[in-house]
Amino acid sequence: MLLDIKNLHVSINGKEILKAFNLTVNKGEVHAIMGPNGTGKSTLAAAITGREGYEITQGEIWFNGELINDMSPDERANKGIFLSFQYPVEIPGVSMTNFMRTALNAKREFNNQPPVSASDFLKKMEEMKNLVEIHSKLTNRSVNEGFSGGEKKKNEIFQMAMLEPTMAILDETDSGLDIDALKVVAKGVNALRADDNGFVVITHYQRLLDFIVPDFVHVMYDGSIVKSGGKELALELEANGYEWIKEAVAEK
Amino acid sequence: MKETNSSVLESAILKKFSNLTLDHADDSDYMTQIRRQAFEAFKSGGLPRRTEEKWKNSKFDQVLENQMEFLTEKPEYNTEVSEIFHCSIHGFTTQVEAFLNGWYYTPNKNPLKVHDNGLIIGSIRAAQHQYPELFNLHFGKIAQHNQHGFSVVNMGLFQDGLFIYVPDGVFVEESIQLIKMVNAAKKLMINTRNLVILGKNSRLSLMHCDDSVNHQSSLINTVSEIFVGENATLDLYKLQNINDVTCLINSTSVWQSRNSRVKVNVITLNGGTIRNELNVDLQGEGAEADLNGIYLMDKKQQVDNQVFVNHAVPHCNSSELFKGILDEESTAIFNGYIHVNKDAQKTNAFQRNNNILMTPDAKVDTMPFLEIYADDVKCSHGATIGQLDNEAMFYLRQRGINEKDARLLLMYAFAAEVTDKIDITPLRVNIEDMVKKRLRGELSICEKCVLHCSTPDIPLEFEIDLSKI
Repeated sequence: MLLDIKNLHVSINGKEILKAFNLTVNKGEVHAIMGPNGTGKSTLAAAITGREGYEITQGEIWFNGELINDMSPDERANKGIFLSFQYPVEIPGVSMTNFMRTALNAKREFNNQPPVSASDFLKKMEEMKNLVEIHSKLTNRSVNEGFSGGEKKKNEIFQMAMLEPTMAILDETDSGLDIDALKVVAKGVNALRADDNGFVVITHYQRLLDFIVPDFVHVMYDGSIVKSGGKELALELEANGYEWIKEAVAEK
Repeated sequence: MKETNSSVLESAILKKFSNLTLDHADDSDYMTQIRRQAFEAFKSGGLPRRTEEKWKNSKFDQVLENQMEFLTEKPEYNTEVSEIFHCSIHGFTTQVEAFLNGWYYTPNKNPLKVHDNGLIIGSIRAAQHQYPELFNLHFGKIAQHNQHGFSVVNMGLFQDGLFIYVPDGVFVEESIQLIKMVNAAKKLMINTRNLVILGKNSRLSLMHCDDSVNHQSSLINTVSEIFVGENATLDLYKLQNINDVTCLINSTSVWQSRNSRVKVNVITLNGGTIRNELNVDLQGEGAEADLNGIYLMDKKQQVDNQVFVNHAVPHCNSSELFKGILDEESTAIFNGYIHVNKDAQKTNAFQRNNNILMTPDAKVDTMPFLEIYADDVKCSHGATIGQLDNEAMFYLRQRGINEKDARLLLMYAFAAEVTDKIDITPLRVNIEDMVKKRLRGELSICEKCVLHCSTPDIPLEFEIDLSKI
């Protein structure tokens, strides 16, 4: 079991957003989480990654057999949890190279490995840039600064490829992407899929799931998962919208 | 000012003034007259108090009750500068002009050097006699708009200072590094005054370093007047790394002629109470001034940047970027005053001041002040006071970078916008490195020149052998 979330309740400023949320992700699996706006999908991503301000009032998040409820964001990251941000942050003045090297070496230090050599690092950068078809030089560019919407999302997948997480959460990676960029992002994710890692793909639309084919699809509504199924559930949602889910929940 | 109301420092200054004739017997008639005028001005004005608008939040009033002494006589210096002071940055050499306790450090008898290309460098005391025409033309005129108690005292009581004359068409290849060291057993008030004259089409890069080499509290009061001739280029670096108890006023006034270009970088890494005054007078069409500053303060330190840009004529550009990081209980003041004359059409004037407060006890007062009388101008200003960006912090930490390193990365990045503007690459690398060390709390200020620090893989040669002084 890679990720095991049990009866999770999360509040922001005293308002409960996640309510008795449960999810289990095993190695080698891709889970899609769908649902209308404001049902707590991004809150889930924030809670798993340990973002400040998201208070776990009840429940447990287990990662690789360890309870991570109280771990710092960086410790969770170094243990292998990665978030592809819905809105990647621009950080003027921090170069992509410096940022990536610092992050990579932080992880290596965490795992008692020596820092990466300059030549190995640059080789890896080139390789992963090619994977997500980033053609511009990153050396002198600040993190996400002046990147187009598509470039920012490619950059997230690039970072994921560099850091090789065991658990990646993609938070609306498809939003704002044209079909070509979407294919590139999906190609990157598919290349990284392996037997020893897992993905949680948060999305509104079925479109992304044509390219990143999930093993499971979950529908979130009002802070918890209300329906789960195989990849065909996504098609059903695409055809019928979310209204029937809402009605079904209301009837209960 | 009535004698009975005067502070301890003002009384000491008055006493010092009463000895003018004796202390400055070697002055020219012109100089004697100027000093006497300053004496009269001081008698009526005294030193500034917080009640004055431009000194409102200044901690300078704390020096008023300090017992300070003056070094009236120039001590004998017998050792070459290179033997007591050596500062080396890989790939960057400077021509060092040193001052110790306010006196020009010349072991030989000649206080003024004339180079083959006509460049003159040396003591301002000697220059008033040897080059009276140049001296009298500019001295006291460039800084005349910036008059307050301390500048008046400086005018009347300055001991010594650096004089530089760059003749028309001369490019000074090697940067001139003005090093002001303070090392005395007593609490000193040091008044120095510099005069720099750039002829037409000339070029000069000047580094003005204020350092202290002991832990005595002193009051350093420096005024620099710089005349920049037509189509001349000046790069000025003001580097400050003084101890926590020293008070420094570093007032620089620049007069810019037609098509001249001036770039100033003010880098304040440490100091008790620092007031940087930067007055730029754009008096010739097509002149450009690019003014940048970074300040990194902690403990109870204060830095006060007073920047005044006067657009007197049309078609001039000025830009100001001052950024600061304030930790612990430190305070910063930024007062940016832009004046655009009614004839100064097609003016471009920009100003920005950004601050990061690391603690709830740190404080910033930022006061932009634009006075615009022309109607066809582009002027803008902006000021921010904030904390480190939480979104960016989380982004970095989500990638595995710990909180401390993430903060440092963001602070370097914040400072880099200013340090990136340093054109001399080896100097920029060094200053960036110093900023990093300063932010990590590893920068030592005592017994070290502000430029001392270096990356570990670059050989470093530096020491001051105080036993030889």
